[in-house]
Amino acid sequence: MTETGYDEWLAAIADGEGYYLACPDGHGSLPPRRSCPHCGAAELTAEPLPETGEILTFTEVHVPAPNFADEAPYVTAIASFGPVKLTGVVRDLPADEVDLGTTVSVGVGENATTDEQLLVFRPASE
Amino acid sequence: MTDVRIAGVGLTKFGSHPERTGRDLFAEAALAAREDAGVSRDDYEEIFYGNFMGELAEKQGHQGPVMAEAAGLDCPATRYEQACASAGVAFRQAVATIRSGAADVVLAGGMERMNNLGTAEVTQSLAIAADELFEVRAGVTFPGAYALMARAYFDAFGGDSEDLAHIAVKNHANAMQNDYAQFHREITVEDALESPVVADPLTLYDACPITDGASAVVLVSDDYAERHGLDAPVSVTGSGQGGDKAALQDRPHLARTPAATKAADSAYADAGIGPDDVDVAEVHDCFTIAEVLALESLGLYDHGEGVGAAARGETTRDGDLPVNLSGGLKAKGHPVGATGTAQIVEMTKLLRGDHGNSDAVPDARVGVTHNAGGTVASAVVHVLEVDR
Repeated sequence: MTETGYDEWLAAIADGEGYYLACPDGHGSLPPRRSCPHCGAAELTAEPLPETGEILTFTEVHVPAPNFADEAPYVTAIASFGPVKLTGVVRDLPADEVDLGTTVSVGVGENATTDEQLLVFRPASE
Repeated sequence: MTDVRIAGVGLTKFGSHPERTGRDLFAEAALAAREDAGVSRDDYEEIFYGNFMGELAEKQGHQGPVMAEAAGLDCPATRYEQACASAGVAFRQAVATIRSGAADVVLAGGMERMNNLGTAEVTQSLAIAADELFEVRAGVTFPGAYALMARAYFDAFGGDSEDLAHIAVKNHANAMQNDYAQFHREITVEDALESPVVADPLTLYDACPITDGASAVVLVSDDYAERHGLDAPVSVTGSGQGGDKAALQDRPHLARTPAATKAADSAYADAGIGPDDVDVAEVHDCFTIAEVLALESLGLYDHGEGVGAAARGETTRDGDLPVNLSGGLKAKGHPVGATGTAQIVEMTKLLRGDHGNSDAVPDARVGVTHNAGGTVASAVVHVLEVDR
């Protein structure tokens, strides 16, 4: 399935050229968008995503949905990247080493169950 | 504006009934509500029906007419879908319709059939209430989403898994007196803490079960109730709804549910009351942490204070503010699209005195119901008051 706007955004992240959408008031959002979800402004510009983010919360999922059957247990986290927050699966870091405040970079990986691309967080190199 | 009265209520027994069709479940609840109301069949003018995943569970869309037939009624019927708040929004539209004068008698209700699907399929089906692009593809399940909120809550305000376990223990204890509840089994804090992890920090006993069931409520105008001499002591005096960003990542605070605060503020203003006037509450505890977020959003507790309320004995059966005397979603069960009106059924019976737990709140005058969709991207709050 093609998801215009989203697919291009994911491809940009995979290429290390991730971006978010900014409105004139500085609110951040993610595509596809035609207006700012926070204030309704119609003028959105693409701005570079910060290179690293910080984990705000996470969970190790033990009971997966079928689309993650071959991944469980896995850690899903929400991390802040400047004016936007992203949700992704944590890779290359043991579950017991994931913590609030952990610094991560964002990239794209493959879902082992569905072969679909998904957003992944990896520990940021110091 | 016409006042709205609850003339009749009905439920199926909640539980695992994988063999029963949705139309049969709804028929049982609707016929029970109709019998309780004693309103002439010809007087029903509209049906407001909640259902979340009928396309997935029964391959049945366009359920309005199917359920009107099941209820034995000949009137227009519309289905409302708002995830776990489906029946809450259906009920709110029913209230608005009577208040506007457009109808004098309506039926509101909901139904969900879930157990005919396996756990994995149900998990996938429930996940469609989350943001597909930004949450489901990143592995966020329904329990996972509340686990993200629970960890954020512990970090922001304190509290721990043991506090949450006390909520599960309380709600299981309350369900013992509710014949319609899915579970009639008391549990201990240790049982809850030692149960298998679903999405850490949440365990199996932090989660509501997978439930089949239906609920229905007959609403009438005050004028109709008077003209027909109906025994309908419970009124709907406040109604409010709030919304939020669909995905958790787009909200400023991960441990607050402002949609419910907006819904509560509207409902309280509508009823001319404040949180201090609330005597008893039925809140949407799809997970134990959800009860905490509900209590704080409803203004019944300050942020950070709700998590210990059950452990301190304040929201238990004998506490100052009993919460989820029905057993809550946790122990009564959570047939997703039926839950909003099931809460209305339970609260009506608690207030009018024919609930198994009415003796815990003999003087209660004001009850509040809180029904949430997704991770509270939708919230509906109603205020019910009884003539005393």
